[in-house]
Amino acid sequence: METKNIIIVGVGGQGSLLASKILGHLLMNQGYDVKVSEVHGMSQRGGSVITYVRFGDKVYSPVVDKGEADFIVSFEILETARWLDCLKAGGQIVTNTQQIDPMPVITGAARYPENLVEKMRAQGLKVDAMDCLSLARQAGSQKAVNIVLLGRLSHYFDIPEDAWQESLKANVPPKFLELNKKAFELGKHFIS
Amino acid sequence: MKQLMLGNKAIARGLYEAGVCFVSSYPGTPSTEITEEAAKFDEIYCEWAPNEKVALESAFGASLAGRRAFCGQKHVGLNVAADPLFTMAYTGVNAGLVIVVADDAGMHSSQNEQDSRHYAIAAKVPMLEPSDSAEALEFTKLAYEISELFDTPVIIKMCTRVAHSQSVVEIGERVVPEKSYEKDIAKYVMMPGNAKKRHPIVEARMKNLIEYAEKTPINRAEIFSGEIGIITSSTSYQYVKEVFGDSVSVLKLGMVNPLPPELIKDFASKVKRLVVVEELDAVIENFVKSLGIKVEGKNILPVIDEFSQNLIAKSFGKEVTAGVTVEDKIPARPPVMCAGCPHRGLFYSLKKRNCTVLGDIGCYTLGAVPPLSTIELTLCMGASIGATHGFNKILGEKSEGKTVAVIGDSTFMHSGMTGLANVAYNQSNSTVIILDNSITGMTGHQQNPTTGFNIKGDPAGKINLEELVKAMGIKRVRVVDPYNLKECDAAIKEELAAAEPSVIISRRPCALLKYVKHKPPLAVDAEKCIGCKSCMKIGCPAISMKDGKAFVDATQCVGCGVCSQLCPKKAFMSTEA
Repeated sequence: METKNIIIVGVGGQGSLLASKILGHLLMNQGYDVKVSEVHGMSQRGGSVITYVRFGDKVYSPVVDKGEADFIVSFEILETARWLDCLKAGGQIVTNTQQIDPMPVITGAARYPENLVEKMRAQGLKVDAMDCLSLARQAGSQKAVNIVLLGRLSHYFDIPEDAWQESLKANVPPKFLELNKKAFELGKHFIS
Repeated sequence: MKQLMLGNKAIARGLYEAGVCFVSSYPGTPSTEITEEAAKFDEIYCEWAPNEKVALESAFGASLAGRRAFCGQKHVGLNVAADPLFTMAYTGVNAGLVIVVADDAGMHSSQNEQDSRHYAIAAKVPMLEPSDSAEALEFTKLAYEISELFDTPVIIKMCTRVAHSQSVVEIGERVVPEKSYEKDIAKYVMMPGNAKKRHPIVEARMKNLIEYAEKTPINRAEIFSGEIGIITSSTSYQYVKEVFGDSVSVLKLGMVNPLPPELIKDFASKVKRLVVVEELDAVIENFVKSLGIKVEGKNILPVIDEFSQNLIAKSFGKEVTAGVTVEDKIPARPPVMCAGCPHRGLFYSLKKRNCTVLGDIGCYTLGAVPPLSTIELTLCMGASIGATHGFNKILGEKSEGKTVAVIGDSTFMHSGMTGLANVAYNQSNSTVIILDNSITGMTGHQQNPTTGFNIKGDPAGKINLEELVKAMGIKRVRVVDPYNLKECDAAIKEELAAAEPSVIISRRPCALLKYVKHKPPLAVDAEKCIGCKSCMKIGCPAISMKDGKAFVDATQCVGCGVCSQLCPKKAFMSTEA
C-alpha cells in the first residue's frame, strides 16, 4: 500500500500528542509500518503545533510535506488554514470550528480571518467541520476535543470499531475511559 | 515484541538492555525524554544533575566504579560538558560510557543551530548517528560495546526528527556486565606527564576505529544505480529514501566519526555523480573532498535549517506539489506565556518601570515577545547575570538603577550561581531576579535542586535559594509573589535604587503544575468595562476584545487575577458560585 499521510494541527496544549499516540498505536496494530513525528518544547507554549502520522507498507520520512496529506485533522480553524498547503489534491479535512485568537490578533497587530470553512469549501475542498468543544463538554470534559476529532476521523477509515476502542483503552487513563468513549461516539456520529 | 516507540524512548530502552546502571543528565529539548524514560526502569539509577558538566562527570565516576553509565543533553548542553569530554578521550573509561547529544536543526526549541559532529572530531571520540527508533535502540547497545572494546566514551548524535519521531522497534532482554575499579594513576590522573603518554594512545585508537568503521555493518552501501550515489546519515537518509526509493545508490553511514575512507572511495568508484546529503555543516562532504574525490553537497543543499523530502527533491531538480492556500493573510501564532503564568505579572512590572532586562534560557524568554517586549538579551544558560555585571561595570549609574537580570530557578542552579558569585565578589551594583516557579518549566516539568524532589518525584535534598544567595554575601534578598503587582513594583523600585547588589526571588509555582489549584475563571462585567484595554497590556492569551469590550476565554483562564489589578473600573468578576 502507498504511504498515507495525516497531519494533526492545533494550538500547543490542546492535546494533539495524545491523538497521535492513539492513532499510531491503532495503525501499528493494523499491521502497518508507522511513523509519528511530534514537536516538544518551546512550541508547546500556545504556539502553532503540527504532528505527522504516516502509515503504509514501508515508511521512510517521519514528516509530511506540502501537498502530501491525505487528511488534515485540526483542533482550530485558523490552524487548518495555516497548514492547508500540506493537503493533497482530493484530501479530506476534519476540523474543529473553535477559534483561539493568536497573540498578534489579541494585541490588534493582525486580524483573524473570517468564514474560513466557507472559503475552503468554495475552493472545492472537502471540509468536515464541527464544534468539537461543545461535543467534548457534552461528553464531560472540554479536554476531550482530541477524542471527538478522532471519532470523526474514524468515519473515513476502514478499520473495525473495536480496534479503535482497544487503542483508546490502551492510551487513556482508566478513570477517563468512559468519558473518552462518549467523546469518540459523539464525534463519530455527528451529523453536519 | 514490536512497539511503536519515540526515538528518545528507544535510547532509554537501549540503556536498559545494555545493562546501564547509572544515568545523570540535565533536561534540554530534544533530549529530555531519554532520561525521563530511563527513570521508569527501577534497575537504572537516574538523576537530574544541576548541569551537563556535573552530569557527565558523575556518569564518568560511575563508569570508573565499574558500571555502564550514561549522560544525555541537547547540543548546547554539550558545550557545558565539553571540558570533561575532551579529557575523558585521554583517560578512556572503565565500564562503558555513552553520551547522547541531541541537535536541533530547524531550532524548534533552541537558541542556535550548532552541528555537534564537530565535537566528536575535536575531542577524538567515536560518534554514531541513528536514523530512526529501531536504530536508536540498536546503536545504543552497540555504543557500549564500542566504548568497552576501544576504551573510550562514545557519543550518539540525535536530532529533533529522530528524537521526537515514533517508529517501530523490536525489544530485547537486559544483560548487565560488571567490572571492578582498579587504581591506575597513569591512566586516570591527567597531569602533563601522564597526559603526554595518553595522547598517542588516543591517536592510535582513532586509527583502530577507522578500521572498525570500514567494516561495521552500520555503515552500509545500498547499490542500485551507477548514475547517482548519495552519502547520507541520520534523518537525511529517510528523506533520500522517501524521494528516490531504490532508484539511486546510497552509502548510509551509522558511524559519522571516524569516517571510513576506503568504503567511501569504493562507493564513489561505483557511481557517476556523488552527492552528500547532510543537515547543517558540510562535515562528511569536506572529508570526501579531502580524499581527492569529486563530490557535490552544499552546492545544492542548504547549511541552514532541517531538511524534508520536498527540499531534497527540489535540490535534485524534481518537481513538487505546491499545495492549496486560502487568500487571507494567516496571522502568526508565536508561543506565549500560558494563562496564569507567574512570570507575567513580574514582566509587566519591569515593562512599566522601563527596565533594561537581560534574560536567560527558559519559558520567561517569552517575555521578549509583544506586548510585553521586555527582555533585551538571551544568550545561553546563566548569561543574564554575567552580562548584567559587565553591563553595569561599564555604564555605572546610567544602568544600575534600571537594569535587571532575570533567571529561572533551574537555570540559576545550572550556571547562574557562578555569575552571582562574580557580582558578590567583584561588587557590581546589580539586581538579579530569580523567577522561582518551583520546576524546570520549558522542557516539560523536571525537578531541580531547589524543588525538594528527585526525578522519580520522591523527597530529595532541597537548596534554599534565600540562604544560598545570602551565603554568597548578597545582603539585600527579598521574596515577592508575582501575582501581586503592587508588591512586585515596590520590590523592583527599591532594589534598583539600593546602592549594593540585590536579589529578588519572584516565587510562585508554574501554573501548569498538577498540584497547583486554580481559581474559577474570571468574567468581564460588560456594563463596567469601558474598553480601555489596560488588561491587554499583559499579553494574556485568555483575554481578547470582543465588540469593544474585554472578553475572558473561560477555557484558558485560571483566575490568577493579574488582569483585574489593572482594571480601572473593577470590571473583572469571579465566576465562583
